[in-house]
Amino acid sequence: MSKSLNILDVSLRDGSHSVRHAFTEEQVRAAAKGLNAAGVRYFEVSHGDGLGGSSLQYGLSKVDELKLIAAAVEESTSSEVSVLLIPGIGTKQDLQAAASLGAKMVRVATHVTEADVAAQHIELGRNLGLKTVGFLMMAHMAPVEKIVEQAKLFESYGAEIIYVTDSAGALLPQEVTERISALKDAVQCDIGFHAHNNLSMAMANTIAAVEAGATFIDGSLRALGAGAGNTQTEVMVAVLEKLGYQTGIDLYKLIDVANDVIAPLMQQPQEITGSSLVLGYAGVYSSFLLHAKKASEQFGVDERDILMELGRRKTVGGQEDLIYEVAQQLVKA
Amino acid sequence: MKKLKVGIIGSGNIGTDLMYKIERSPVLEMSVMVGIDPESDGLKRAKDRGYEIISNGIDGLAERLDLVDIVYDATSAYAHQKNSDVLTAAGKKVIDLTPAAIGPFTVPPVNLRDHIEKSNVNMVTCGGQATIPIIHAINRIVQVEYAEIVATIASKSAGPGTRANIDEFTSTTSKAIEVVGGAKKGKAIILLNPAEPPIIMRDAIHALVEEEGHEEAIYNSIKEMVAQVQTYVPGYTLKVEPIFEGKKVSVFLEVNGAADYLPAYAGNLDIMTAAAVEVGNEMARYLLLEKEAAK
Repeated sequence: MSKSLNILDVSLRDGSHSVRHAFTEEQVRAAAKGLNAAGVRYFEVSHGDGLGGSSLQYGLSKVDELKLIAAAVEESTSSEVSVLLIPGIGTKQDLQAAASLGAKMVRVATHVTEADVAAQHIELGRNLGLKTVGFLMMAHMAPVEKIVEQAKLFESYGAEIIYVTDSAGALLPQEVTERISALKDAVQCDIGFHAHNNLSMAMANTIAAVEAGATFIDGSLRALGAGAGNTQTEVMVAVLEKLGYQTGIDLYKLIDVANDVIAPLMQQPQEITGSSLVLGYAGVYSSFLLHAKKASEQFGVDERDILMELGRRKTVGGQEDLIYEVAQQLVKA
Repeated sequence: MKKLKVGIIGSGNIGTDLMYKIERSPVLEMSVMVGIDPESDGLKRAKDRGYEIISNGIDGLAERLDLVDIVYDATSAYAHQKNSDVLTAAGKKVIDLTPAAIGPFTVPPVNLRDHIEKSNVNMVTCGGQATIPIIHAINRIVQVEYAEIVATIASKSAGPGTRANIDEFTSTTSKAIEVVGGAKKGKAIILLNPAEPPIIMRDAIHALVEEEGHEEAIYNSIKEMVAQVQTYVPGYTLKVEPIFEGKKVSVFLEVNGAADYLPAYAGNLDIMTAAAVEVGNEMARYLLLEKEAAK
């Protein structure tokens, strides 16, 4: 049995949250060039909230993501550029634009219970000849049977890979194993896993996922991503090699990109702060972190209280507006 | 007062909710519910209440045009073009609740009377009905350069039509933010939240205005507008005070429905159907006056 895995680097998409959507074309070119040279098969470039995510709600992109995608494609001789699309935020038109610039993969993301809003986007991805992925976000919020049901929907629309996405960094290894194993049994598609490190579980969860049969694994260089970041790609490659998996990636070259390109552009260390651990503890979407920090300063309330309240209200990805409302209500309480 | 006869095409959530609201109109009388599934809850309810029902869609209605003066279309953007062609060719008035947007956009507190003589008017989207009045309220004080809305609705309140039309929601709402709201550039985002108990519809509006200041005037204009919308959607409320940051204004709303069909959390359904009844009422008054004058 071949133990080869596909590594997908999300530094230039999930990392967009961490740098407040301020990637420049030069930074993207340098990172893309490095990822391509290191032999990373897929990497993702988009606003943190996917195509069309540039907004006052989530943060305006400093540079139009289509420009960044075009630059990344230009630097890639063997790597393929993926884009993220969250229906309700991005549209089919955005996807067509990205595909015409040379994107080769689309990951269509919905909340873990709402796959049926994505049928037309999955179909379009296939029609454009893209590698098409169904990306089930906030996977900790639904029981295993629900995830299976939603994965089957994605498969019926034509998805080739289905991801279990731990957007809140809230899952524990056993829960990852249960989810991936159930999907392996229920669908023919390849299974992927996307982690956040809010509870320091990203690497452990990643190992649980590959051992349960996931063959597409996300990571980001220096863990650059929302909340406490993702599984750290360069570390993950080393760990997976030690476990006997083949990633086809040149570790030294990958470390070079992390050191030379990603480290200098980081706005803050990608560490588990009190608030990022609360994201995982309360089960809150990781990109809320920097908005909660801002709201906490603006209204003089504890950001942990804001995040705990957002967890209690069962917020989903994208509801950043509620952060400011909750902060204002906490002042009055 | 004389009443005009109403048909509703689409016996899903929106069509069924609309039926109950039409019953309270002083100038409209519910006549026929048109669906494509004889087993649908909407058709059953319409039959129980003594209305005509047609279960083979627009083709069936085309044979019974005597039943209607004004027709509400609550099907889908894809089905609307044909429905509209059949009805307008027969001289019927069409109020479009799909995001097809063939006719001009109508948002009652902004432009209720502007298109009342047209044969087809469009009701934008639920998110548009909830937020465009606020964008207009800001824009009448100071030019809005850019406005963006984020509508979050309960998963349970989004039927299959809404789910299949999610891109049309964003594009139609964005366009109406510009055309009706007055913003130079518009953007719309919709989110579904499956929490139990279901969440009440909420809307965030973020606008960038031409110049800073005018905070009191903007807030007063928004409060006036909220009161105006409350005349047809009593559960339309500001959640917290608007947040001003330089040229950015953020407004947070909640829309509680009247619970005619779906429970009160489905304010998205309510603001759409209540606005559509406002338009139907105005259209009926106009048509009745025209008839009087012709005598």
